[in-house]
Amino acid sequence: MSRSSVAVKQAARSFSSSTRRSLATPVGGAKPALMKKFQIYRWNPDEPAEKPRMQTYDVDLNSCGPMVLDALLKIKNEADPTLTFRRSCREGICGSCAMNIEGQNTLACLCRIDRNENKPSKIYPLPHMYIVKDLVPDMTQFYKQYKSIEPYLQSDNVPDGVEHRQSPEERKKLDGMYECILCACCSTSCPSYWWNQDEYLGPAVLMQAYRWIADSRDDKAAQRKEKLENTFSLYRCHTIFNCTRTCPKGLNPAMAIADMKKEMATA
Amino acid sequence: MIARIGLRANNSNCLRAFVQPAAAATRLGNTLKSPSKLIHTQKLNESENLALLNHQRNLRPSSPHFTIYQPQLTWVASIANRVTGVGLSAGIYAFAIGYVTLPLAGAGFDSQSLIEITQSAPVWLKALVKVPIAAAFSFHSLNGIRHLLWDTGRFLTLKGAYQTGYAVLGLTAVSTIGLMLL
Repeated sequence: MSRSSVAVKQAARSFSSSTRRSLATPVGGAKPALMKKFQIYRWNPDEPAEKPRMQTYDVDLNSCGPMVLDALLKIKNEADPTLTFRRSCREGICGSCAMNIEGQNTLACLCRIDRNENKPSKIYPLPHMYIVKDLVPDMTQFYKQYKSIEPYLQSDNVPDGVEHRQSPEERKKLDGMYECILCACCSTSCPSYWWNQDEYLGPAVLMQAYRWIADSRDDKAAQRKEKLENTFSLYRCHTIFNCTRTCPKGLNPAMAIADMKKEMATA
Repeated sequence: MIARIGLRANNSNCLRAFVQPAAAATRLGNTLKSPSKLIHTQKLNESENLALLNHQRNLRPSSPHFTIYQPQLTWVASIANRVTGVGLSAGIYAFAIGYVTLPLAGAGFDSQSLIEITQSAPVWLKALVKVPIAAAFSFHSLNGIRHLLWDTGRFLTLKGAYQTGYAVLGLTAVSTIGLMLL
């Protein structure tokens, strides 16, 4: 083959819309198996008398994706189809696969597998939640609480009759709050939320409450604050910081709640 | 329409049909026309559905929490703040009540007798009593300052929480030693 025809082929490849031809193919033999144990919380509603237990699965990390969600899917596909968990986007934007991995709440799809094969990886559902099955917690209360803060713009008068205008500074106040995906990692990491889940709103919902209080376009800030003026809804927050520590999106609910407390105390 | 779907087929062969369609096809012959025949649904009205849901909710276990959560400076410091606060309060109540009631019972609990008891006590016993009180008092006071800083809007980041947390631990050690030497 002449040199010029190689160049033409390379040029053609760079314009090709199909990636198949340039996909990497494994060279040499397969990697040796790297077996790691995963200990996963199991509970089956069909046998409610049986206590929850930990079940151990062996996964070859060298034939598995890098994230904990990949391992869970591999187990479900190849070892045990009864293993139940929520997942959807696999890229940390839907918040479905929130669970407690190695003692910390996080999203399974954003959590890398610890490749130390001697240490088993422990996976529990989100802490202090009622369990529907295996790693699936009942989120009803969490969503009810979110609904209770009326998470939508409430404004009776549109200044120019067309749209709500907002300065860049006013808009900036919402950064770090609007990005929340409501995965409930923070709320279920909060000891206050563990003990008072029935009345305390928890960090995720409180940060959203403040997201609407801080919104310059919203007219109902006073009423929103009024609803939080009781011993439980807001003031069960003791600035523990577990929420900020665990947030898989790197947000800071503890600061949002503290700012809200300060605003309510001074305004 | 609310319907309860039960996949518990009466014939276990039917269930296997989903898992191994090829093998099941020969076993079941032509009786298997469509999979929908195997799924038994039970129609429930709104209240029956709620009753079923509530029955299931009653049986649900609560997932484990502080026993499986990774110990972190954040919540361990918080629980320590609570424990030392309760301990110090209980101590001061016990002391005050004892100060009032013990002399009535004939036991000496005035300053004079306390000084005498302290003087006669061996060093190890004094240390054993003083270390926990000094450490609890130091930690609780310093962590209280940390909370005041937070309440005024300072150090409200994860980094700030950890910096102030380690500062409180360090200063607690220094303060405990200082109080011990008094």
